[in-house]
Amino acid sequence: MNYNWNWGVFFEELPGGEATYWEILLEGVGWTLAVSALAWIIALVLGSVIGTIRTTQSRPLVALGNAWVEFFRNIPLLVQIFLWYFVVPEVSAPLKAWVVQAEPSHVQFLMAVIGLGLFTSARVAEQVRAGIQSLPRGQRAAGMAVGLTTTQTYRFVLLPMAFRIIIPPLTSETMNLIKNSSVALTIGLAELTFRAREMGEYTFNFFEAFSAATLIYIAIAMTANRVMAHVERRVAVPGYIAGGAK
Amino acid sequence: MDFDFDVIQRSLPYLWKGFQYTVQLTGIAALGGMVFGTFLALARLSSIKPLYLTAAGYVNMMRSIPLVLVLFWFFFLVPLILQAITGADRPPQVGAERTAIITFILFEAAYFAEIVRAGIQSISKGQVGAAYALGLTYGQAMRMVILPQAFRNMLPVLLTQTIILFQDTSLVYVISATDFLGAAAKIGQRDGRLVEMYTFVAVAYFVISFTLSYFVKQLQRKVAVIR
Repeated sequence: MNYNWNWGVFFEELPGGEATYWEILLEGVGWTLAVSALAWIIALVLGSVIGTIRTTQSRPLVALGNAWVEFFRNIPLLVQIFLWYFVVPEVSAPLKAWVVQAEPSHVQFLMAVIGLGLFTSARVAEQVRAGIQSLPRGQRAAGMAVGLTTTQTYRFVLLPMAFRIIIPPLTSETMNLIKNSSVALTIGLAELTFRAREMGEYTFNFFEAFSAATLIYIAIAMTANRVMAHVERRVAVPGYIAGGAK
Repeated sequence: MDFDFDVIQRSLPYLWKGFQYTVQLTGIAALGGMVFGTFLALARLSSIKPLYLTAAGYVNMMRSIPLVLVLFWFFFLVPLILQAITGADRPPQVGAERTAIITFILFEAAYFAEIVRAGIQSISKGQVGAAYALGLTYGQAMRMVILPQAFRNMLPVLLTQTIILFQDTSLVYVISATDFLGAAAKIGQRDGRLVEMYTFVAVAYFVISFTLSYFVKQLQRKVAVIR
């Protein structure tokens, strides 16, 4: 294979001379983490609400929840991000007015966060619904029987149990979210994969650039995994099979 | 605001070609991924240490990096590897479309491997014992006893993964392959009609994925083994 290895390339400067390659990769990591963190909050909040209303007795709420999940699950993430970035501003005049004068990276960041957050919210909603439905029926009945309102039953009985049960699937959704944030490069957001490709194109050291990005993604995934495993142990339900596992 | 939805009708033949590629890519990647994934799963469950370490390493690696990055990796590596194999002077021109097929088979295999592994592990140990007691070899036991039952249990999950794969193939956009989304993007950029094209693509993906998921749910009810 004729390939010019150069592992020192990370310390070389960009053609403009304003930064070295490892610095822009690090900047990319910053965008990746920022997009992932904000999108994760949106996904968790909306996903919990949507997942919960799908288990209520109210038909319109269940229908709304189902429609939400089907909509965001059946369109590819890339297409959804394009919808937010290219289509939505064209049909909303005030948004368009903001987009035109705003910093491009701010627009890319916002649309990536919204797109990724809503996409993931549908997945979280599925997990939350499954978690609530996996609880014995007696739990809801017991809540009602001691005189709690529906809201209180969810708040004090069902949700605290459901959330603790669904931490393992939520962990994999978190990892998926971090990986999916790379799709934001299609609208020009300079996150990690974007920077790795850019570095490859400038230096022709694609191998070194992609290796660095791969290792960083693995490190992020492992960290997220450890954090979630810690949370899982802290909140484990005593007496459940998964609870005692270390 | 003026929208021109006629652009969709005008470009239908081109979009259809892109769509055919999307279906082709989905089909080949699903079949190839399931075959390779089954071997990976068997390797992961084997008692031969180097074999299961390699398989586990491959699966975990593929599952911890983004598909976009994997596409970039292969887009860069495939020509170099082919050059090394054939000993040509210059890296051969493989093209984004063929690179994408190779990438998706190898990438999806990691995901299918996990499904198949769970499927095999869901079969009761007594089945394996019974197969060996009858004098079947490992290969015969897998082929005639374990895998047929495992695949029946896994079928809905495998099909759901294929629907996800169908949606994920849109990511070949990043290496400029002309799939369904790629074709729409090219027309949209040429004619300045991104809004119309992307809306159309979103509706089409939604209708197809929604319908397929519906059938998978029906099938799930049908094939469920009553225990």
